[in-house]
Amino acid sequence: MSLTLLEGNEAVAWGAYHAGCRFFAGYPITPATTILNTLIKILPPNGGICIQGEDEIASIGFCLGASMAGMKVMTATSGPGISLYSENISFAIGSEIPIVIIDVQRLGPSTGSATKGADGDIQFLRWGNSGGLPVIVLAPTDVADCYLLTAHAFNLAETFRCPVFIASNKEIGMTRESIDLDTLALPPIIQRTTAPDKVPYLPFAAAGPTSAPDFMPLGGETIARQTSSTHGPDGYITVDPEVIAKSQNRLRDKLEASLDAFTFYDEHMEQGAEILIITYGISARSAKAAAKILSGSGTPVSILTLKTLWPIPEELIKKKASEYRQVVVIEMNLGQYIHEIRRILPDHSVGFLGQMDGNLITPSQIEEFITHA
Amino acid sequence: MHSFINSSRPPAYCPGCSHEVVTRALDKAFLQMGIHENQVVIVSDIGCSGLFDTFFKTHAFHGLHGRALTYATGIKLARPDLHVVVTMGDGGLGIGGAHLLSTCRRNIDITLLILNNFNYGMTGGQFSATTPQDALVGSGFLNQIEKPMDACRVMRAAGASYVTRISAYQGDLSTEMEQAIRFNGFSTMDIWGICPGRYTRQNKTTFKTIQTSIDSLPSYHGPVPENLREEYGKHYREKASTQKPLPTPINVAKKFPALFHDRKEILILGSAGQRIVTAGEILCYAGLTAGLHATQKNDYPITVLRGHSACDVILSPNKIDYAGITVPDVILALGQEGIDRKKTIFSSCTDDTFVLVDSKAEIPDCRGTILSIDFKGKKIKRQDMAMVALSLLAQQERLIHQDLLEAALRIRFKGATLEKVLELVRKSRELRS
Repeated sequence: MSLTLLEGNEAVAWGAYHAGCRFFAGYPITPATTILNTLIKILPPNGGICIQGEDEIASIGFCLGASMAGMKVMTATSGPGISLYSENISFAIGSEIPIVIIDVQRLGPSTGSATKGADGDIQFLRWGNSGGLPVIVLAPTDVADCYLLTAHAFNLAETFRCPVFIASNKEIGMTRESIDLDTLALPPIIQRTTAPDKVPYLPFAAAGPTSAPDFMPLGGETIARQTSSTHGPDGYITVDPEVIAKSQNRLRDKLEASLDAFTFYDEHMEQGAEILIITYGISARSAKAAAKILSGSGTPVSILTLKTLWPIPEELIKKKASEYRQVVVIEMNLGQYIHEIRRILPDHSVGFLGQMDGNLITPSQIEEFITHA
Repeated sequence: MHSFINSSRPPAYCPGCSHEVVTRALDKAFLQMGIHENQVVIVSDIGCSGLFDTFFKTHAFHGLHGRALTYATGIKLARPDLHVVVTMGDGGLGIGGAHLLSTCRRNIDITLLILNNFNYGMTGGQFSATTPQDALVGSGFLNQIEKPMDACRVMRAAGASYVTRISAYQGDLSTEMEQAIRFNGFSTMDIWGICPGRYTRQNKTTFKTIQTSIDSLPSYHGPVPENLREEYGKHYREKASTQKPLPTPINVAKKFPALFHDRKEILILGSAGQRIVTAGEILCYAGLTAGLHATQKNDYPITVLRGHSACDVILSPNKIDYAGITVPDVILALGQEGIDRKKTIFSSCTDDTFVLVDSKAEIPDCRGTILSIDFKGKKIKRQDMAMVALSLLAQQERLIHQDLLEAALRIRFKGATLEKVLELVRKSRELRS
């Protein structure tokens, strides 16, 4: 075995490069800046482009332009930057522009604390766009996940032509950690493909009600159109309610219909456990440490660690929780994903452990909570 | 006759709108250039100028208000061979101000056509960044108390290398457009026109009044001598090709056995400039060399040259779950600021905790073995204290041994720096004996 020392943000950068990302634009913001710092050293010497925008709006704008010109693109920021990305996130959803967006979350609200971690953007990532259509959000627990899930994120962005978020956290992004790169189960890389020659090419004509349209880059032989306005298959504005409804439904269904293919999770199931912890991100690691202690003291506890947060893997959650009557949700905020779990598991007793003070939830806090649950 | 106009979606503006004239001129400019539709991308934003992309059968990118220049920049960087033309109104000019300034500073080879008709036509004639103060507009008196901006003056000041101010009705508009598109750099045209639907109703505007107004202002016509310079994309690619690629991350194989078989928590505390973070990194590399897993978290203020510096390191034969420190096995207390920052942790020390402390610093009462070192008395420089502390750990075979430390140093440092650090470690060995 040989190990490499990387921080989460560096792992995101290398994972992106591995997945074929050749265009990155970002605006400096702690705790996401080291992604920009790493990619400015990786991309330009390797024929890629890495630029710093005048603000977050420009950064994601550059990415959307470059993506439609055929490149695999990524941007990275923290909560305040996601706020500024919002209008362009909606654009990428509605106009099916592949992009990977990294949110290295910090303690909010607003400017908040630049160097304190949190998982405070979990609902914001899902709902922080006009129109409210679904997005994909993946949540890493450690440096290896940062590498791996970023690679998956690029594949998903290509497959579904949509924004894919990595909900990282200062506690992962800026923590250096040993990682065994040789044993990472990296997925085969999905390359950007272009539509077969069809005349006329319709930029938003999808093969079915749950698929994404074939891509055609701007600047190719065949004329391509991109628009942020409500459009029909031809890429022109439409006011036809039937066409509009079909397209809006497809934007939702293309993700939800394939959710099984990208439901990433870890489970730690203990025999005799009466409580199932459902958690994600950095808190999953505290839960694991707590489970070890609890197991030793005769209170075994099981853990479901979700790595795909949106769309919500409802069936998985129901299935895994079916053996338990009691569920405890642990997250680094004052209660966000808990609402989803309570909705999905109405017959379960669902407890909540969360905090927003910049500190990690500790194994002993979890141990105490579970013991008294 | 050949035309770039989209015959399936022919231009349709309010009767008398100058956008129509500009559309025809742009078509003519493309034709004069002898290029093909698929070599052109029209990038537009919101408002009536945002109809342009529909009326041409070129590649099209219609995006959000004021952001057209950002998309265009991405497209041009990805595909330098394309002609990228941005159409934007005086509304986009205002809301996208930061992008305008930055695009001028970058000098990327795209062409910006500002369709300046002094108001927000599509939303009902509200005032824009260029509305005269005496105009009657849809936003009440508000334009009377804001000074309009001279887009040409602003763009020139921001570094635009090509600026033209022109009436939409000037006979050679298409030739002027062709020149702007052919220009290798960021070229801009502030095209003044008439909005019959909203603005002209209350503010008499004719071909003549437009020309008179333009003539009364300083002339802007083409290249701006003081701003002429290399095109951004070309410059970027030149610079990029000379950058040294970042080596792939270092893979560290296990070389020596570890000195322990359970999780160890180490805290290194000091002040800015004491190389606390570097010491943490070396400790991690020493761990990796012993086949251990490692995590490192650093804590320092925004003033990187002043204030505390603290570093949490965990080494473990197993994958590390919780990466925080609860019961420290070793504390290297090398500076007061770091000690004060983490003072509560000292109460968690056990009899097994080892604390190495600078004799000049004060630590809270705690359990464990405490070794006080007079670094200053031993003439050890502030910036060398952390390294010497690691060397002392290695000598005592606490957590690491000499071979691990040296291997870690060889990973972290190269050349003359490595020699200096190795020398420092050798010297600190004599220090103890």
